[in-house]
Amino acid sequence: MSGVFSPTRAKIKERTLRTDKWWIQPAITFGVLLSFVIYATFRAFEGANYYKDHLISPFYSPCLSEACLPEATILGWTPVSAEIFNFALSPALIILIFPLGFRMTCYYYRKSYYRSFWMSPPACAVAEPHKKYTGETRFPLIIQNSHRYFFYAGLVLNVILTYDAVISFKNPEGEWGHMSVGSLVLLVSSTLLWFYSASCHSCRHTIGGRLKNFSKHPVRYKLWSWVSVLNHSHQQFAWYSLAGVAFADIYVRQVATGAWTNFYFF
Amino acid sequence: MARKINLRIWRGDATDGGLQDVQVEANEGEVVLDVIHRVQATQMGDLAVRWNCKAGKCGSCSMEINGKPRLACMTQVATYGDETITVTPLRAFPVIKDLVTDVSFNYKKAMEIPAFEPPKELVPGEARMQQVDVERSQEFRKCIECFLCQDVCHVVRDHEENKKSFAGPRFFIRIAELDMHPLDTLKNRKRTAQEEHGLGMCNITKCCTEVCPEHIKITDNAIIPMKERVADIKYDPVRWLGSKIRKREGIV
Amino acid sequence: MTTDKSALERYKYDVLVIGAGGAGLRAAVEARESGLRVAIICKSLFGKAHTVMAEGGAAASMGNANSNDNWQVHFRDTMRGGKFLNHFRMAELHAKESPDRIWELEMWGALFDRTKEGKISQRNFGGHEYPRLAHVGDRTGLELIRTMQQKIVALQQADKREHGEYESHIKVFAELTITEILKEDGKIAGAYGYWRESGSEVLFEAPAVIIATGGVGKTFKITSNSWEGTGDGHALALKAGANLVDMEFLQFHPTGMVWPPSVRGILVTESVRGEGGILTNSNGERFMFKYIPDVFKDKYADNETEADRWYEDQDNNRRPPELLPRDEVARAINSEVKAGRGSEHGGVFLDVSKRLSAEIIKKRLPSMWHQFYELAGVDITKEPMEVGPTCHYVMGGVEVEPDTAAAVGVPGLYAAGEVAGGMHGSNRLGGNSLSDLLVFGRRAGMAAAAYVKQTTAAPVADATVAAAAARIEAPFARSGGENSYSLHAELQEVTHNLVGIIRTGNELKDAITKIADIRKRSTNVAVSGGRKFNPGFHLAFDLDNMLLVAESTAKSAIGREESRGGHTRDDFPGMDMGWRQHNHISSFDGTQVTVRKQALPFMPKELFDLFDVEELKKYMTPDEVAKGGSN
Repeated sequence: MSGVFSPTRAKIKERTLRTDKWWIQPAITFGVLLSFVIYATFRAFEGANYYKDHLISPFYSPCLSEACLPEATILGWTPVSAEIFNFALSPALIILIFPLGFRMTCYYYRKSYYRSFWMSPPACAVAEPHKKYTGETRFPLIIQNSHRYFFYAGLVLNVILTYDAVISFKNPEGEWGHMSVGSLVLLVSSTLLWFYSASCHSCRHTIGGRLKNFSKHPVRYKLWSWVSVLNHSHQQFAWYSLAGVAFADIYVRQVATGAWTNFYFF
Repeated sequence: MARKINLRIWRGDATDGGLQDVQVEANEGEVVLDVIHRVQATQMGDLAVRWNCKAGKCGSCSMEINGKPRLACMTQVATYGDETITVTPLRAFPVIKDLVTDVSFNYKKAMEIPAFEPPKELVPGEARMQQVDVERSQEFRKCIECFLCQDVCHVVRDHEENKKSFAGPRFFIRIAELDMHPLDTLKNRKRTAQEEHGLGMCNITKCCTEVCPEHIKITDNAIIPMKERVADIKYDPVRWLGSKIRKREGIV
Repeated sequence: MTTDKSALERYKYDVLVIGAGGAGLRAAVEARESGLRVAIICKSLFGKAHTVMAEGGAAASMGNANSNDNWQVHFRDTMRGGKFLNHFRMAELHAKESPDRIWELEMWGALFDRTKEGKISQRNFGGHEYPRLAHVGDRTGLELIRTMQQKIVALQQADKREHGEYESHIKVFAELTITEILKEDGKIAGAYGYWRESGSEVLFEAPAVIIATGGVGKTFKITSNSWEGTGDGHALALKAGANLVDMEFLQFHPTGMVWPPSVRGILVTESVRGEGGILTNSNGERFMFKYIPDVFKDKYADNETEADRWYEDQDNNRRPPELLPRDEVARAINSEVKAGRGSEHGGVFLDVSKRLSAEIIKKRLPSMWHQFYELAGVDITKEPMEVGPTCHYVMGGVEVEPDTAAAVGVPGLYAAGEVAGGMHGSNRLGGNSLSDLLVFGRRAGMAAAAYVKQTTAAPVADATVAAAAARIEAPFARSGGENSYSLHAELQEVTHNLVGIIRTGNELKDAITKIADIRKRSTNVAVSGGRKFNPGFHLAFDLDNMLLVAESTAKSAIGREESRGGHTRDDFPGMDMGWRQHNHISSFDGTQVTVRKQALPFMPKELFDLFDVEELKKYMTPDEVAKGGSN
């Protein structure tokens, strides 16, 4: 027996003596994340219903495949073949690795899925079921150290999704100066992504955290202070932005399938 | 107003032990340590419990109260209402007797963290540091060494064998404190943090931060920044190349 | 019971330091750096010493906040605070050396708060003319302990590099209680004690012992001290043949928490007042203006406008009376409460919320904010705190040679920090204890090292060991005797009621009888359970120490027929110039404490001349003033 049941420790047979409902939090996280993963997988392979009248789903942007609808591409740029090894590649599959990687290596999400999926530990002071534990010291989890690169990639995507949000201020005829519910949805979703990126721990490190003496770098110190404030709410931004992206995709899909009508304010 | 409460106390030693129920009086505003002391003075004269200041400043009365690592002197009896309060010793360390555990693991780890090294030419009294430069390390120096973070950390709590290779949250904040200390000149803190003190074992599940009675942001302000600093020197090819080309601050 | 000599755990060291608070650790560092092998005995875990409770700061005239500050000013403040009963030489050494001791800590990794120029920031405190306290928020004591704890680890790491083992030359024995200091041929030979964890006994052989055990607060009912403050060092020294000086002087810190009952006595740092906190009674009156004694009239504001202006402009205004020395403030609060103008729970109100914003309060007084929020449910950024006097510090202590901290009369014995007497006179200024323990901790370590190098160690005789062992075994042999917890509670009642903040001759007489009675019954204390981590057993020994201390305090207090600093006699309310010339020396003959008067050395001309003669006239006889110094 190891862990809390090791021979030298106080003899207590329960895995935990916590009396609160400690399992609720990981259970909710598990449910929500799993739903998102299932939905995202379905959407990633769907390869359709991602564009309608200058609204593009964030799951499919940038649309880089030859298979993309021409209107959904960035100025018609399609560097990726539609098929690889005879497999018809959904445009989403090409780019989803980046936001997915950003979130998978995110310091907040790591906490939440290690707890809720891997139960390592399920909650604080609740014994975990695993015999051995090596943390993030070896492959594959050592890859978590590449978080900063996904953060950089995330910034590029944020620019593109913001560009998508700007484009959505067109009417179906392509004239500027119009706004629909869809434009709002994309705007909110891309803004939340900026907050999620800006509050990221790697961002905080890059912008100033790695410095030894702040006083010699007043501008970076100021930026670091702001990012630190946002960083307190990284968890919230992680969930809000996830919900934002998911809802933006659902919205675009519903509009694309004709189930919902995109209402134009003006 | 005094009332009777139910207390369940773990009693025993390394060979055997179990929970014992007692009824004890509790007055308004009392903390768990108060009622334990009352049990000691009136019912169990030899009940072993560590404590010192009774003001949340020394970190001696660490134990587990209803399964959660806490300071008994900072835990109000009233928060549990009519619930039975269960107190046990820390479950990550070998038990000595009753609520007292052998925390020597922590002192051993403390010895292994390379000490502060000021610049050789620095004359006492001549040090100049800006407040903004000392604040990060000051947060970590608030640590009262209650070792609740060490107790809750599943890396050692659930895996006795990891104690060899893992220094624990308390000492990650110590490493971070020194690495961010404006006057520290020791090279290789980041590398040894990863390679000798087990920083990579941490999977940032944040229980250390949750239990810290000093509210030190252990994970966000020490462990993650240290992981990022380690990435700078070990896992980021671009930074690594940059450091070879020109000496940059922070890359040591 | 006889002790099996082969089984007894024994160690040989050059220097044995009893106590791992600030003074003990500083002494240990010094002795180790002189090349000696050092053992540090720690009654609790390493790094938990009561020093961590010191909040405000360490006084040192670095002159960072006000360049007019220097050691002479600090010396004057210290003597004035102690009502000129301090040993002048200790106050002088302390004032001169404390800046170096603070700067040294910085070289060991301490991170004090900074000024704009990047120097160590200094804050105001009661009785100090200039902002003088180096601090880290309100957890300065913790910073000191941690820094020295880590310095010791650094020394151990160096030993590991050189000798292959961390603990080859300096070892911390945590959770070990010393029950006796051993002498052979009239000089120190070692010490005897037991592991708290296992109850098994340990013999230390060492030619020099440094006592650094701190205070005696647990003798009293309401105290800011932790359980360790049981006067162990005072009692050990007495029993080893050393003297205690001026044990009647106890500092009641004016501001301890009063509510809820379980936290009664816990310290509310003086920094609250230093940062602008004001004291009011239940009528909302800022009462301290009524309590400025004549000797301080020219230094303290007598109206609110001037007092408020002082926070902005300290050169042209007098300080607010909330910053009077602690004895004055404690007595004032006591009087207000007695006059029926106290708060609901028998204290007065201390309010910092009116002057400072919530953000600043949380930044400058973070642990106070937490303490009140978590323990009393009071948000000090919005509401006033309820505070009242709490037993905080003992000015009296082991009589030592000022320069070496050597205990008078016992070769090889040293004492530093709170356990040593003389430095603070009749009242200690806030901030002077942290610098005291650094200055005299180092001096004790240095002097002990020098002594060890020129002496030959006497081995501890078997009979000495057997006697010490028998004493530890005794309580287990009894059955059905007294309970140490209830005797302790009784003692605390007696000291609180009869030897407390305001004393009278009759009550003291009563106290002496009662303490003697408890002491007699204490020889009959029985312990239930085994030796293993048994608090009842531990308390039995602590109780014995506390009883000796209480006896010494009560007997010193009944003799001193005047009121001065931390000793207030209702029947002798005035300060007596004649009494200023005398210390009270306690000694122990094996059965009881006896107290005698002893002349206090007078300061030499160069120190005398630092004062304004007019001021000295308030404290000294015309003869003394006319003499103008001892030389």
